[in-house]
Amino acid sequence: MRFMSASAALLLALSVPGLSPARADDGAYVLTIKDHRFEPGELTVPVDKRVQLTIDNQDATAEEFESHDLRVEKVIAGHTKGTIWVGPLPAGEYKFFGEFHEDTAKGKLIAK
Amino acid sequence: MLGSALIVFREVLEAALIIAIVLGASRGVAGRGRWVSGGILAGVLGAMVVAAFAGAIAGAVQGRGQELLNAGILLAAVAMLAWHNVWMSAHGRQVAAQMKTVGHDVSVGAKPLSALALVTLFAVLREGSETALFLFSLSASGAGGNALLVGGLLGMAAGAGVGFVLYRGLLAIPIGRFFSVTGWLVLLLAAGLAANAAGYLNQAGLVPSLVRQVWDSGWLLQQDSWLGTLLHILIGYNDRPMGIQVTFYLATLVGIYGLMWLFGNGRSRASAPQRAT
Repeated sequence: MRFMSASAALLLALSVPGLSPARADDGAYVLTIKDHRFEPGELTVPVDKRVQLTIDNQDATAEEFESHDLRVEKVIAGHTKGTIWVGPLPAGEYKFFGEFHEDTAKGKLIAK
Repeated sequence: MLGSALIVFREVLEAALIIAIVLGASRGVAGRGRWVSGGILAGVLGAMVVAAFAGAIAGAVQGRGQELLNAGILLAAVAMLAWHNVWMSAHGRQVAAQMKTVGHDVSVGAKPLSALALVTLFAVLREGSETALFLFSLSASGAGGNALLVGGLLGMAAGAGVGFVLYRGLLAIPIGRFFSVTGWLVLLLAAGLAANAAGYLNQAGLVPSLVRQVWDSGWLLQQDSWLGTLLHILIGYNDRPMGIQVTFYLATLVGIYGLMWLFGNGRSRASAPQRAT
């Protein structure tokens, strides 16, 4: 039980400073999922900056946004949006895909 | 059908391997079957609830709900595994000794079992909700119902099969060393789960990565290869870890080991004269 409350406290402590809204100078980008495809399929973001990425799933079905390159894994239910933070990224290409429809849902993030 | 089988397999695999370790770690304890299956059942029910409210959960806490839930579940599982290992370091020798003398399961009280049942619940909850969402998403997009069902069941059976193989493999270890092996497995499993939790917290923008990439061992073993996946689940292998993940991993490893040493030491000194072998 002590461990439980300790980890709960840890979570709380970690979340409090982070809960302030993203600063205006943080880059915010949107990826749309439609018919199990990403739009745009290639998204360019600045290097060495923390980037906020919103994934707007316009399909009726859930998708799992996954990227090994970006170390991201997030389920996005149908007709909802999900937000993740990535970076700061060095210049390069970062592949991502939708795990539930891997044959069509593919794309990459380009940091430059 | 094969596609759905493969994805379900990947999701089920993690839960199955964790359950195999839990069953190994609770070997010889009377009543563990009931506790572990209770954990699985509660996990399946919980997974359906989480899947049904996936949209609401994801939208909560400024879009960080899912990451916080995942990290919370993982860290709670880490705490339970830690507690189990600390308990075992104090009582494990007795359990093994009793098993040898009485030749059957021993009753050690419900406490360590409830912790392991919770670990089972958490594992099934996390993987199960993703599986449910995936299968639902496929059925909604008009994939054939039967093929989907068969694929899902195949994947589930294959995942459970691998878990069973691991469990049988564990049982082949002689009883004298058995609990020290499962103890190490639990310790590494817990450290890996903690590192995963750190990944989710970073994804939610709540903790910094510290170092974006501490090393890249992808040339040696890709994390998304089969062996890489297996090692990722079992010992938290990561081919390109962030600094925060390495920190969580090491802190968990050292923290639990320290507690085991502390409690195990005190206990063995106290019980040394009456040790039955």
